[in-house]
Amino acid sequence: MTKETLKPGPEMLEEKDAGISNLSRRNFLGYAGASASLLLFGAACKKNDSGLDLGSGDIGILNYAFALEQLEAAFYIKVASSFYTGATTDERALLTDIRDHEVAHREFFRAALGGSAIPNLEADFSSIDFTNRTSVLATAKAFEDLGVSAYNGAGPLLQSATYLTLAGKIVSVEARHAALIRDLISNGSFVGTDVVNPANGIEYARTPNEVLAIAGTYIKTKINASNLPS
Amino acid sequence: MNLLNIFKELEKVDPEFNERISPRRAAIKNMAGFGTKVALAAVPVALGSLLTKAYGQTQPTDVNGILNFALTLEYLEAEFYTMGVSAHGTLLAGTPAIGALTVIRDDENKHVAFLRSAIGATAVAKPNFDFTAGGTFPNPFLPTNYDVFLALAQAFEDTGVRAYKGQAPNLMGNKTVLAAALGIHSVEARHASHIRQMRKARGASTTKPWITGNDRGGIPAAAQAVYNGEELDTQAGARITGIAADGITITSAAATESFDEPLTYAEAFSIAKLFIK
Repeated sequence: MTKETLKPGPEMLEEKDAGISNLSRRNFLGYAGASASLLLFGAACKKNDSGLDLGSGDIGILNYAFALEQLEAAFYIKVASSFYTGATTDERALLTDIRDHEVAHREFFRAALGGSAIPNLEADFSSIDFTNRTSVLATAKAFEDLGVSAYNGAGPLLQSATYLTLAGKIVSVEARHAALIRDLISNGSFVGTDVVNPANGIEYARTPNEVLAIAGTYIKTKINASNLPS
Repeated sequence: MNLLNIFKELEKVDPEFNERISPRRAAIKNMAGFGTKVALAAVPVALGSLLTKAYGQTQPTDVNGILNFALTLEYLEAEFYTMGVSAHGTLLAGTPAIGALTVIRDDENKHVAFLRSAIGATAVAKPNFDFTAGGTFPNPFLPTNYDVFLALAQAFEDTGVRAYKGQAPNLMGNKTVLAAALGIHSVEARHASHIRQMRKARGASTTKPWITGNDRGGIPAAAQAVYNGEELDTQAGARITGIAADGITITSAAATESFDEPLTYAEAFSIAKLFIK
């Protein structure tokens, strides 16, 4: 995949090999056999004019989640590497916790997908002023709310009950993040009418295409979600 | 109290009800025959255990059975916040706290209305609740017990998150219902996050918006079942503690915070049951 490998950029969502050294590389997805893995690997890494192919079926959905977790992890790593002006001790602790959660999610998907994982994506955070509280928290809010709506939309697309449970384990943590970030911006806004339908108290979901259209602002790598289930 | 009529009503919504409790039903019939004060005094206890037997132990296999379970949890939350806003409203007048509790109360009432509408004619009726769990907890609606109220609110929200999560795989056959359940699930998590921040502001200084290990965050020990199992740090065979990437090593605390764990039907029901008269 030499031609397809993305060149590391300054905002590269960079993989460190050490990052997965403690994780079982066992491909728990159930695709035993090197040839099957190679085929999947090839498919997952296929990149042409239409963008990086996430793949199809449950693998595609997991790669879609992996892409979003890459984005979130890269964002919070940058946030916590040099906090915005005026960040309180409390805010620093909370944002560092969130960073660690997103890194855990990202590395979990990397290990889970094994050879089917998409490569590291390249982020574009040029629109964010990391020194400015308003800019950082507004972006965090956008990412967290987007993540919740993405998982909520992806859940019914999964075929495997195991993956649905795993997605469920993660989405509620993203919702906890989202509520906290919203409260940091404006206390009491944890369930705003922009995210929760005021008629029935049910949170809105987004399709992969809707999510990627929004996330695309922050990802240089073009992503092709056309083979995802719908 | 006409128990036999109650059983007839229950049979209408749950055709298997009679079958499941028939030995005990016979016992109640005999007891009703006594007509003594002693027998009547024993009835509430007997009825409680009958209902537990009928609805508490077995995972429902049909969508409406699962939704009725969700509805029971939402009834509990809705009544809890309705009573709490009423009880603590004066004390909290003009604070962000009462605004937040009112928002959550309204969400829970909307969930009740939505589920009742989705289930239709077989929607279960609201049970009678005892938010002291038979005296286990102080009365959360006394002005001096506002912190008890918040502690129970946290326990109910975290239970709700875990219970919906546990039922999601059982709803895969109905995508519309699954989507709605997931949409309620994340709202409960948002509530949990906010309630936890409210408790932190009230002095529960180590409480975070997320669940660390199986720590119940200073809530009375009787609520430990709400958090048991949250200490899991291995997901689908991958150990999360110790992951190292980007100069960050994931601690055990972060590993358990990163993933909320599901409750089984029986686990969630046994928690709710504590508060059902």
